[in-house]
Amino acid sequence: MKIKDVVLFCVRSLAGYPLRTGLMLLAMAIGVAAVVLLTSLGEGARRYVTDQFSSLGTHLLIVLPGRSETVGGPPPLLGQTPRDLTLSDAMSLKSSSAIHHVAPLMVGAAPVGHGHLIREVIVLGSTAELYIVRGLTMAQGRFIPTGDVNRAEALCVLGYKLKSELFGSDSPLGQFVRIADRRYRVVGVLSKKGQSLGFDMSDVAIIPVASASALFNRSSLFRIMVQASGREAIPKAKAAILKIIRERHDDEDDVTVITQDALLATFDRIFKSLTLAVAGIASISLAVAGILIMNVMLIAVSQRTAEVGLLKAVGTPGRQIQRLFLSEAAMLSLIGAGAGLLLAMGGKMVLIRIFPAFPVTIPYWAPAAAVGLALVSGLIFGVLPARRAARLDPVAALSRR
Amino acid sequence: MIIRLERIERTFQVGDEQVRALRQISLGVQAGEYLSIMGPSGSGKSTLLNILGLLDRPDQGTYWLEERNTTDLNDRQQAEIRRHRIGFIFQFFHLIPRLSAAENVELPLTLAGIDPTLRKQRVDQALDRLGLADRAKHRPDQLSGGQRQRVAIARATIMHPSIILADEPTGNLDRSSGNEVIQVVESLHREGMTVVMVTHDPELGQRARRRVKMMDGLIVEDREG
Repeated sequence: MKIKDVVLFCVRSLAGYPLRTGLMLLAMAIGVAAVVLLTSLGEGARRYVTDQFSSLGTHLLIVLPGRSETVGGPPPLLGQTPRDLTLSDAMSLKSSSAIHHVAPLMVGAAPVGHGHLIREVIVLGSTAELYIVRGLTMAQGRFIPTGDVNRAEALCVLGYKLKSELFGSDSPLGQFVRIADRRYRVVGVLSKKGQSLGFDMSDVAIIPVASASALFNRSSLFRIMVQASGREAIPKAKAAILKIIRERHDDEDDVTVITQDALLATFDRIFKSLTLAVAGIASISLAVAGILIMNVMLIAVSQRTAEVGLLKAVGTPGRQIQRLFLSEAAMLSLIGAGAGLLLAMGGKMVLIRIFPAFPVTIPYWAPAAAVGLALVSGLIFGVLPARRAARLDPVAALSRR
Repeated sequence: MIIRLERIERTFQVGDEQVRALRQISLGVQAGEYLSIMGPSGSGKSTLLNILGLLDRPDQGTYWLEERNTTDLNDRQQAEIRRHRIGFIFQFFHLIPRLSAAENVELPLTLAGIDPTLRKQRVDQALDRLGLADRAKHRPDQLSGGQRQRVAIARATIMHPSIILADEPTGNLDRSSGNEVIQVVESLHREGMTVVMVTHDPELGQRARRRVKMMDGLIVEDREG
């Protein structure tokens, strides 16, 4: 039998029972769409995290107070700190040739006001180098000036959102804002930059680190951000940081250094396995669709008993009958998978509508894998009905009307 | 001899009971013969026809078809013989409802993998010969009983078999379309095909040159002329 005739024969028999065929296609389509959509959600989450880390800046190392004992675990954001990380610790890091820029970071929350408007926002204490390390850009004015980091100058840089809330469309440059009970002159406004790692840089006020130290009455840093002199210099920079801090902290390793690459790699791994797990769960629905195909094909075989008997009478060997039914199952799977891919595309567009910030991307392997799985499950579950058809006794099959 | 049966035995299990549908049947049919098999229901005539058509295997005995022992052929080889040498005509036509008349006739050619242009030519010829040319595109449910049976006959003969096996071909038809169908079957016989027809209609059976009567799995009468 020619392939074209096989296809035609299967199409005719599928079209002959539209409701049954439609239901099976629906099941297959939902299964395939689930696999594709869920994997693209996983992939989207992975990209989201990767993008977030990339937006932190390049060749970045983060020094946290406290020692993380477990390797590869999450950074000890709330770790016990035996010794504070101080501004002079941060400045001493500059002695290494592998380190280009160092930005100490002090974090606190304080009310920021102008006129009768007051907002409670995050106040960052840092130095001019934060601008480079975080890759910030200015909308207006300039950033915290370079100079003696120990001088508590009363000036500040506002995030874009904070500026709009306090000043509206007026220029804030040269004006004063109150942070807690002190007055600071506004020297610049950051341009719009999205969130990065939960830090909404548009809703902050940045003041010199010495001013922050005075404001919050505290000398310990939240963290130090370090930019290595190049990508290759990252391990060297890490070693240098650990060595310098150890010398300054009485020979104790009490800081944790996170490199962006390591962090990225970890998250990448986590999200990849997450995506695979989700895809695995989704493929269960494909197996369910396969079982449905099996059931319906079994019914089809018993409904088409007379037809199978006739095929045998006109000289079709059992193997050929088996092939015909298997081709039917395969075509069902393929058409269903095609419909599923369309469904997934539609679903993706809806998701993009609902979550515009979330990068929903269908990974290149997902459609291929889903279609492959659909085909395999259709064929596996098609074998039993096809064999049953092939083994039908023609006499019994033909004796029925 | 085109058909030679030797001591064919076929037993069915019905409940606890063993039913001997065929008992030591021996029968020879010459090429080009027109043979009717008659008998009451349960006499084994349909079983005999199924065995002749290789749809059923005897429990014992040997069946030579065109001097070839069919008893130890496998499924594929038997299908091959059915495809090329045997044409079936059934009481209930067994047309595939979703296919048009032409497609039903074409089915054996399609299954045999014959080239589409050649197929079309042969189908058109066959339909034309049976006066169904204007019914080619109709589905079985749009045809009368007589027309359906003629489509089935066109299908049975499309591969130019040497043997036509008919199982109550008029059993489901009114008198006039039954007559029509019998005319067609007899014209096949005149063209040289061997025709074996099972019927319990005595009038129909009498028309055959050779008449075999069966009873309880035995051939009780075999008359010619």
